[in-house]
Parts: sequence; structure tokens; C-alpha cells
Amino acid sequence: MTNDELILVLTGKFPDAIIAQGSQYVEMTVKAESLHETAIQLKQTGEISFDYLFCLTGVDYPKNMGIIYHLESVKHRHVMVLKVRTADRINPSIDTVSDVWITAKYHEREVYDLLGIHFNNHTDLRRLFLEDGWGFPLRKDYVDEVRIVER
Amino acid sequence: MSEIREVIVKTDRLATDKYQVNMGPQHPSTHGVLRLLVTLEGEKVLNVQPHTGYIHSGIEKMCEAITYPQIIHLTDRMDYLSAHMSNEAVALCVENALQIEVPDRVKYIRTIMDELTRLASHQLWWCVFGMDLGALTTFFYGLRDRELILDIFEETCGARMTVSYNTPGGLMFDIHPNFQKRVKDYLKYFRTKLPEYDKLLTGNVIMRERTEGIGYLTLEEAIDFGVTGPSGRASGFSCDVRKHQPYSAYPFVKFNEILDHRCDTLARYEVRIKEMWESISVIEQLIDNIPEGDYALKMKGVLKLPEGEFYQRVESARGEFGVFIVSDGKKNPYRVKLRSPGFSNLFALNNMAKGHKIADLVAIMSTLDLIIPDIDR
Repeated sequence: MTNDELILVLTGKFPDAIIAQGSQYVEMTVKAESLHETAIQLKQTGEISFDYLFCLTGVDYPKNMGIIYHLESVKHRHVMVLKVRTADRINPSIDTVSDVWITAKYHEREVYDLLGIHFNNHTDLRRLFLEDGWGFPLRKDYVDEVRIVER
Repeated sequence: MSEIREVIVKTDRLATDKYQVNMGPQHPSTHGVLRLLVTLEGEKVLNVQPHTGYIHSGIEKMCEAITYPQIIHLTDRMDYLSAHMSNEAVALCVENALQIEVPDRVKYIRTIMDELTRLASHQLWWCVFGMDLGALTTFFYGLRDRELILDIFEETCGARMTVSYNTPGGLMFDIHPNFQKRVKDYLKYFRTKLPEYDKLLTGNVIMRERTEGIGYLTLEEAIDFGVTGPSGRASGFSCDVRKHQPYSAYPFVKFNEILDHRCDTLARYEVRIKEMWESISVIEQLIDNIPEGDYALKMKGVLKLPEGEFYQRVESARGEFGVFIVSDGKKNPYRVKLRSPGFSNLFALNNMAKGHKIADLVAIMSTLDLIIPDIDR
């Protein structure tokens, strides 16, 4: 499916979402409440079937946190980007999609570890790289207190 | 730390059937500092829980403070065996964002270097795979051939592993006058040496007993876990970025995507061996046809990307490598995400190893071809 066709299908399926052509891929922004339902539909609808989540990124924006999902359909070979923003920046939380794509379970752990975004209903939300009690280094206001190399 | 203490406290449970063993972080078969918390019942593996972060270096955070050409030098240090591909991903991402088309000469050289890197990486994987199974000889055979590729890299750009040969807009230097001859000589040499690999290990009875039917990963699981590269293709997951979203000179060459539907450790082994033959063929198609021209475009001293989000996928030696740049129009990126293949591949290990013996866990992990800095970043 080409990007234009994909936009048509997605617009029909998700009337509430904001859908636009990005620099390369079709980008769809949804509200945080509808994320989980959207994820299930994206994967299970036969004509789009986005079954391969190849990248999950957390971004610290000035007012809130964003999570960006890069999805591909192995059958149809089209790619799209799903975007969502949390309501709060200090104590952000969002529904997990790890029950839809298993790989999200570990990517979400990484996002939780580095950005402190809490994923609701995640079965194993622990730190992945850093110790408990460490700050969230990818946040823009992170202060590196244990600076090993002094400038 | 708390978990380590927990395990020590729990040692009195050794009297019961189930017990937990820490494999790593210094276990030789983890090829780095990876700790697997393995739950065992006798020799049988019940659960494998990877613990990462021993060499987490915060590359993504560092990227936010440096300029785009500098990021390339950090990506070398992640997956040091496919350094050139990671470099290329960043360079391509920046070029796409700036809407620059590099000269054909650059594309050809990049692709040749890609495939040489893939050869070197698969050779090293083959060495250590044999060694993990207890066949030390493979190590000498593989390294003998890999050294010669590293010599070519050294002559081309001065570095043997962390090449940093790419730069946004082209390459750091032009190829050495000897490059084409040396690569051709090497391919001629390696065509006679690759059958030795099969003779030495592929047909070996012990090796086949230890790999056939071991570490099953179904196609659905491979897609769900995002297992890419040779490991994914051995489960029949058609995930070769070179085929599906071709970049550099891949549109100009003919090659096969190696797929296998047996899904076991042996399949992952054979996919890599066959990929080496494909790499040889790709280089042979390109090496005599490198077009004349500039090896780099003239770029501005300070690169500023337009506001927006840019993603670039490439096929590294262990799977799909992705660079995602969020730019706010300044000379530093706002956020860089590096999607490393090893990260996604590692977490499928539990599904593959469950129910097998602990010695099989070593074989399975070896065919996933994990590079720890690639996982920890």
C-alpha cells in the first residue's frame, strides 16, 4: 500500500486521530486514552496488519512526554509512525502496548529507565540499564551529580 | 545489586529441585558483560532473565550534546563489528534530512565496505560459535581470514575496527589506489577458504547434534519480538532492509535474501554461511564498476538539520539498525534514538532456550550473535 492509500484507510478507521504525511512515513497522532485500543486495531485489522514494531522512542518535550512507535507490516510492507503524548511531564504515565507487540515490553522498560515514563498494566516494569534510585538521564532537566570526568 | 543479594540469600534453596545460577557477567560465552539469571531444574533451563546495563555508556544522551558529524564516531563504539553500517545509518539520515544526494562513487564504496564489514563480522561470529561449542580450531581459521579484511580497512581509513569512514555528504577519504586490487585478490582467496568452513564445522556430527532442533523460534515469535538479521531470517522472517528499503548501491546489485524456515540453531548458522557467499557476490558486482567522481560533497562547517523527525534503517551484520533523529533546527539533535538489533534479539532468548539444557543455551546465544555494547548503548 502506498502512503496515500494508507492515509485513506487510516482516516476511515480512526476518525479521531490526526493523520499526516511526515518526512518519510505516514504519521498518526492519537490521544493517550485511545492508544491501547488503536494499537490492537492497527495490528489486527487485516488490510493494514502492523505486526512488526521496530522502534519505540520516548522523547522529553517541554510540556509533556512523547512516545513514538515505528510500525511495519510484514505482509503488506508499509510503514507508519504512531505518536502519542502523555498528559503530564513530571509524572508521566501511558498505557502499555506490550500485550500487543511483545518487543514493546523491553523497549518500554528502557523508556521507563531513561525517561521515567510509567507504563500502566506493564507486567514487569523495572529499570533496565541503571540502578534503582538513579535519576532519569534522558530528561532535559537531568543533573549529572556523579560526574566522573571533571572538565 | 539487590538481586545478587537475593540470589545469595536463596542459596539454601539449592536443596530443592529448582535453583538459580548467574551466567555472566564474566562468562566467556556472553562475549562481553551480560548477566543471565538462569533458573534451572537439574540441567534443564526453566527461565532465562537477561540483566543488562553493565556497559551502558549513555550514547543517546551524549548525542544530544554534540554535532551530527560527531555522532558518527559514537556509533562505532556500539556494535563494533558492524561499525561501518552504523556510521552509514547516521550519515544517510543526515543526508536525507538535508535532502542531499551523494555521488554514485560514494554509494558504491559504502556498499562495498558494508559487505566487507558483514564478511568480517560473520567470520568472527563463525570463529566464536565454534569456540562456544568447544571447537577451538575454528577460531584460528576465522581470524586468519578476518585479519586480511581488517588490513584492507586499515589501508583505506587508518582504523581496523572503529572505522568512522563515513561523514555526512560522503566519505572521509578516497579509497587507496590499491583498494580494488586488494579486495579482488581477497575475494579470490576467500572463495577458496569459505568451503573450508563447511568442511570443518558445518558437516561435523557433534556440531549438528548440538544445533539441529535446538532453540526453536517460530516466525510469529520472531516478528513479535522484532528478531531481525540472520537470526530472524532463519525463522522465515523476511526482514532484509537491503531488499525492502534499499539504500546506497543496493538497488544496483542482484543478490538473494537468504531465508530458512527451519527456525533452529542450525538454520541460523547456515543463513550466516550463505550470507557470506552473497556478500562476496555483491562486492564482485561493484568492485570493477566504481564510478569516477568526488568521494565527498562539500558540506557546510556546521550542519543544522531542519526541524522535524528523521528515520533511517540499514541492515547491519546482526539485523536492522535504525537511527531516529528529532531535530529542533539547531546544530545538536534534540533527541537521538539508536535502534540496535541486539537489543530486540536478546529478549527472545528466554523463549528459545526454555526446556533445553544449559549447554544448549550457550549454542543458542551464540547464534543470536550478541554484541553487548550494542544492547547497552
